[in-house]
Amino acid sequence: MIETSTADSVIDVVDLRKRYGRVHALSGLTMTVRRGEIFGFLGPNGAGKTTTVKLLLGLARPSSGGGSLLGRPLGDREARRRVGYLPELFRFQPWLSAREVLALHADLVGLPSAGRRAAFDGLLELVGLTERADASVGGFSKGMQQRLGIGVALVGDPELVILDEPTSALDPIGRIDVRGILRTARDRGAAVFLNSHLLSEVEQVCDRVAIVDRGVVVAEGTLADVLGGRETRLRVEGLEPADLASLQRFGPARLDGADLLVTGLEDAVVPDLVAALVGMGVRVFEVASGRETLEARFLELVGRRVEGAA
Amino acid sequence: MITIARLTIGEAARRKVLWVFVILALLAVGLVAWGVDRLVSDYRGSGSPEATLQLGISQLLIFIAFQFSFVLAMTAAFLGAPAIASDLESGIALAILARPIRRSSYLMGRWLGLSIVVVAYGAASAGLAILVVGYISGYTPPSVLAPVAYMAAEGIVAMTFTILLSTRLPPIAAGAVTVVLFGLAWMAGAIERVGIALAASNPGVNLSIVGDVGRTILPTDGLWRGVIHGLEPAIVIAAARSQPLAEANPFFASTPPSPLFLAWSVVWTVLVLSLATYSLRRREL
Repeated sequence: MIETSTADSVIDVVDLRKRYGRVHALSGLTMTVRRGEIFGFLGPNGAGKTTTVKLLLGLARPSSGGGSLLGRPLGDREARRRVGYLPELFRFQPWLSAREVLALHADLVGLPSAGRRAAFDGLLELVGLTERADASVGGFSKGMQQRLGIGVALVGDPELVILDEPTSALDPIGRIDVRGILRTARDRGAAVFLNSHLLSEVEQVCDRVAIVDRGVVVAEGTLADVLGGRETRLRVEGLEPADLASLQRFGPARLDGADLLVTGLEDAVVPDLVAALVGMGVRVFEVASGRETLEARFLELVGRRVEGAA
Repeated sequence: MITIARLTIGEAARRKVLWVFVILALLAVGLVAWGVDRLVSDYRGSGSPEATLQLGISQLLIFIAFQFSFVLAMTAAFLGAPAIASDLESGIALAILARPIRRSSYLMGRWLGLSIVVVAYGAASAGLAILVVGYISGYTPPSVLAPVAYMAAEGIVAMTFTILLSTRLPPIAAGAVTVVLFGLAWMAGAIERVGIALAASNPGVNLSIVGDVGRTILPTDGLWRGVIHGLEPAIVIAAARSQPLAEANPFFASTPPSPLFLAWSVVWTVLVLSLATYSLRRREL
């Protein structure tokens, strides 16, 4: 098994491949997740997100390739002691109470008995289940089970928290709560691996992202890296391709139909650009400055542009 | 492993299937008590010799034990069947096996917890039936501990086999296959006995191989013979010595299971558990 890791990486995988019969779930996945960051792992359904998580935790074996989890081989037992995990499709023992589920996982991690009660109280409060701490999980709604699942993933203050679609059953308030919980975990130094297809969520909370499609990473980096620089779009009339050369001093400029697109333009320079255009006899109708949305970039990368997407 | 064993016992105690079997066992004990009471009072009213009654009760007790042994095997099969399969199906296993626990520890924890439940259930139900019959009729078998222990071992064997199946099959299938195989193993023993009866008039007939194969594949029938032997009064065993055909009776055993067979039962359990561990370790979640 390949083992590559740098001092600050918690997940390092190289050319990870997984085949189920004739289906290639992963076709050479390479990525790195570092300590102290919230890492968004994005991809359409069937892209290989959950398979990746299972390979990391040793729940399934790679067909080839490998990597390291907290500096140890994938699936290593000692590494798993330092990882919290919320599976995508999961259920807790319905006859246990929320507090008993936390105790079970504390036992499995090998946490000392001392200080457990206070730790559980803290976790239950964090995920908003204090009032239902001693109620049977069997009576919990899906959203409450997901909240408990997040609490379980945080048992023992793990160095790495892997959450597979943690907010799929949560209402908007629950999602805001989860964003706060993830930031708190990062602030205490943990890395959070967030497997999600909720782009707005990832955009709001993640420091870095990887977009995976058909089992390979098609983009990885900070949101700015993945989304590209700022782009200013001007709706103009009377601009010829030959005129573009004189606009290059404002930054890389190109025509997109009737629109002029300039990359990396600072807001303070926008009036100068408009003045230059007017000076050239060009009529300017509208100026829009901003960054491509993650959704647009996502659709572009996974090759599924839809009509009307920005 | 201890954590999983504790979890398993708690789970079994809160599952309806165990309580259904507990109620069934209590109903069975109640019916047995009623039936034996009728038998004893009618018989004693007729003024017949007490020794004949005691002999009859001893044989009746073996039939009662047979029924309890079947219920115990069913309980073991249907408690063991979901042990692994349900966790895999529901996603419970994902959360547990992502923790720093070996799959072998998880499986052994399940087995240990269920063994405790099966032994407790078997000992309580069979022990209660023997005590109730003894209280009503005055008959107590030569040993209570040995038949109850053999019966509990039968339950453990059935449950162990179900756990193996449960690593690959859905719960219902794992339970059903075990119950069918349990029945077939008993049938193999019965066919072997028929062979003894036939051999009396046809010396060329020897069906002991059928019994041997059955006991090798699933040792439940061999252990059941331990139950019979433990319940059989010495006087019946002594009388049978002069009657070679006595061994043809599937509800009679003149000797306890051999040490070799008992050793095989232990080896069988270890082998099946090893195979179950291997199967679970190879399984992708």
